Amino acid sequence: MLERALQGSQRYWSWLLFLLVVMGVGAACYMMQLTNGLTVTGMSRDVSWGLYIAQFTFLVGVAASAVMVVLPYYLHNVKVFGRITILGEFLAVASVTMCLLFIVVDLGKPMRLLNVLLHPTPNSILFWDMIVLNGYLFLNIVIGWNVLESERKGVGYPPWVKPLIYVSIPWAVSIHTVTAFLYAGLPGRHYWLTAIMAARFLASAFAAGPALLILLCFLVRKYTKFDAGKEAIQKLSQIVAYAMIISIFFVGLEFFTAFYSNIPGHMHSLQYLFFGLHGHGNLVPFMWTFLILAVVALVLLINPNTRNNEQTLTIACIATFVSLWLEKGLGLVVAGFVPNPFDVIREYAPSLPEMFIALAVWATGFFVLTILYKVATSVKEETSGASH
Amino acid sequence: MEGSRRDFLKLGGACALGLGALPVVKAAAEGEQPEVFSNPNALTGTRWAMVVDMKKCWEKSKNGCQDCMDACHKVHNVPRIEGPKEEIKWIWTEHFENAFPGRGSELSEMREKPFVVMCNHCYNPPCVRVCPTKATFKRESDGIVLMDMHRCIGCRYCMAACPFGARSFNFRDPRPFVEELNMDYPTRERGVVEKCNFCAERLAEGRMPACVEACKCGALVFGDLDDPESDVRKIVASHFTIRRKTELGTEPNVFYIV
Amino acid sequence: MYDGKYIITGLVIFVAIFAMPFWYNVGTASVPPDPKLDTPVIQQLAEKKCVESKDYMKREHMQMLDDWRDWVVRDGTRWYTNSEGKKFNMSLQNTCMNCHSSKVRFCDQCHNYLAVDPYCWTCHIEPKENE
Repeated sequence: MLERALQGSQRYWSWLLFLLVVMGVGAACYMMQLTNGLTVTGMSRDVSWGLYIAQFTFLVGVAASAVMVVLPYYLHNVKVFGRITILGEFLAVASVTMCLLFIVVDLGKPMRLLNVLLHPTPNSILFWDMIVLNGYLFLNIVIGWNVLESERKGVGYPPWVKPLIYVSIPWAVSIHTVTAFLYAGLPGRHYWLTAIMAARFLASAFAAGPALLILLCFLVRKYTKFDAGKEAIQKLSQIVAYAMIISIFFVGLEFFTAFYSNIPGHMHSLQYLFFGLHGHGNLVPFMWTFLILAVVALVLLINPNTRNNEQTLTIACIATFVSLWLEKGLGLVVAGFVPNPFDVIREYAPSLPEMFIALAVWATGFFVLTILYKVATSVKEETSGASH
Repeated sequence: MEGSRRDFLKLGGACALGLGALPVVKAAAEGEQPEVFSNPNALTGTRWAMVVDMKKCWEKSKNGCQDCMDACHKVHNVPRIEGPKEEIKWIWTEHFENAFPGRGSELSEMREKPFVVMCNHCYNPPCVRVCPTKATFKRESDGIVLMDMHRCIGCRYCMAACPFGARSFNFRDPRPFVEELNMDYPTRERGVVEKCNFCAERLAEGRMPACVEACKCGALVFGDLDDPESDVRKIVASHFTIRRKTELGTEPNVFYIV
Repeated sequence: MYDGKYIITGLVIFVAIFAMPFWYNVGTASVPPDPKLDTPVIQQLAEKKCVESKDYMKREHMQMLDDWRDWVVRDGTRWYTNSEGKKFNMSLQNTCMNCHSSKVRFCDQCHNYLAVDPYCWTCHIEPKENE
C-alpha cells in the first residue's frame, strides 16, 4: 500500500519537500549538538530539561488521543467513528515517532541508548516509558496497517487484530500515565508533585489530540476526496469540549491547592508562570496567551451553535491545540525547575539550534503523518462506497 | 528435496534451542573467574556519612576559605566553567536560606551564612530510583551513591529527581576547562552527569575524602554511621544536627551543626 | 529494459560509490602497525611481563578492561590477581598507561591501522607524549 504515497499532486510533493528542508536544517543543527554537546541548547544546570522533553510530554498526550476514536468505535459500536479510526491510529504513529525522536535528541550520549535495554531497571519510570511508547507505536502500526489493508481488499480484518485493538485501549491510557509518573514521583519538584498529574495529562490529551484530528479531517477533506462525515466531526468536537472543560478545571484545582494552602513550594512555580517571581517572568506572556486561548476555545466549544459551525469549530480547535501546547509543551516542564532546589530563579529560553532541532522533529512527524494519511486516504477513495 | 513443513519447523526449533543454549555452555566452559580483592587498608563502613560543623567553619577559618572545594575539585579534575548555566561543582557553599529553604526566619542573621553543601548520599536516594540504566547506583556494601560514567546516557533524569541540586551535567567537553590535571584520576566527557562521590577511590586506599583532609579546622568529619565507635555517630548522637529537606524522606547522610 | 538508461546510470553510480574505499586508496599502502614497548618504565622492569600474557592481552584486553571497569566502579574492588598470582591495581590510567606510557607509539599503532576509535582517553587521561 505504500506505493500510494509515491503518487501525488504537485502540492503534495512540495509539502514533502518543504518538510524535508526543515528536517535537513534541524539535522545540521543536531550534528552541531552531537559534536559540541548540549551546550548549544538553552538548558542549564538548574533547568536540565527544556524544549525537547517538553515537546515529548505534550506529544505523548496527542498520541494517546487515538483511543478517543478507537474506544467508542470498537467497544461501544459508535459507527460514525468507523471511517476515521485509521486517521486516529496513524496520528498516534506519527506522534509517538516524534516522542521517541525528542527523547533521542535530548540525550547527552545517544550512542549509549541501548543501555536502557541492556540494563533494564524496572524501578525507573523512564524504563517503562520506553516500553509503553514503543509498544504503542508497534500496536498502532500493526493495527492500522492491517485494518487498512483488509479494507483495501474488501474483506474483514483478520481475527488476531481484535485482541491487539482491545489491548491498545488501556495501553493508550498507560502511555501518558507513565509519562505523567515521570514527573509526579519526584520528591524535589513541588510543581509536579500532584496526584492529578496523570489525570491532567489525560484530560489535555483528549482535548488537544481530537482537536488536531478534527483539523486534520478538515485538511484531508479539502485536499482529497475523503470526507470524515459531519456526524463524526460533531461527536469529536463534543469530546474536545468536555475534555477541555475538565483540563481547565484541573488547572483551576492546582491553583486552589497552591494558593489556598499558601504553601510556598506549591505556589512559587505558578506565581513564576503567571505573574512572574522576583522580577523574573519570561513565560508570563505565554501563560496568559494560554488562558485567553483556552477561554476562547471553551466559549466556542460549549456553545452548540459555534461548535457545529465548521469555521468557528476550526478556530476553537486551533485555540485548544495551541493553548494546551503552551501549557504542557512550554509551561509544565520548565516551571518544574523554577525555582531551583535552592529557591533561586534561573530562567530558561531555548536557543536557536534547539528550536531548529525541535522544528525538525515536528517536521519528521508531519512527514510520517503525510505519507501515512496519503496511503489511508488513497485506499479510502478507492474503496469509497464499500462498507468497512 | 523431500521433507514437510513440519520437519523444517522441527529442525528450526532444534537449531534455535542449540543457539539458545550456547551462552550457557560458554559460561560453564569458561572455568574459574580471576580473583579480585580490595586493598586490606581500605576504609570500610556500611553507611558512610559526613558531619559538617559549620560553627568551626565560620569561627576558625577566615572568610573566603575554599580549601575543601579546591581540594575536591583539583583531585577529581572538576572543570572550572564560569556562570550558573554550565558550571560543574561537587562541593560548594550556599546561603542558609538557599540550602535550607523555608527553615529559619527572614529576620535571622543566619539567613546569609554560608553552608558547605554537596551530594548527601541519601539512604533513600530518588536519583538512584529513577536512573534507567543503573548508571547512578547505591553501593550496597557501603551506601555511597556512585556514578558509572561508562553507562550514563545523559538523560538527566537524576538531575530532575535530586531535591538538593547536587548534580552537574557536562554540557560540553570539560577537558579544556580543567585548570590542572590530576594525572591519577580521570576526567569526564561531555554528555554525562557527575557529582560528589565521597571519594570512593580514596576510601579504597585507606585515605579520608579530599575535602575532609584539606579542612584545616576539622569542620568536616567523615565516618561510618553504623559504627557506634565512629566520630560521626558520636557527634550525631550527642549534638543537635540538621539535615537538608528531611521532610522528603530521602534520609540524607550529611549532617550540619549550626 | 524498461527505464533502462536510468537503471544503468544508477547502477554505475552505485558501484562507483560503493567501491570508493578501493579505488580511492589505490597506490597507497598502509603502514603495518608497529607497537613499541621501549618506554622508560618498561625498560626498568625486572620481568618484562604485562598483566597477562601477550596473546591473551592481544585478544582480550578490551574484555578485561570492561571487567575491570565493573569491578572497580560498581563493586569497589580495585585489585586484580593475574593468572600467575601477581597483583595489579585495576586502572587503565595508572597501571596500563604507566608502563605503556606512549599512546601514540603503542595503543594508536594497532587502533589506527584497524580504524578502531576507542574513546577511553577522552576521560582516562593519557600520559604526556615525550616527543
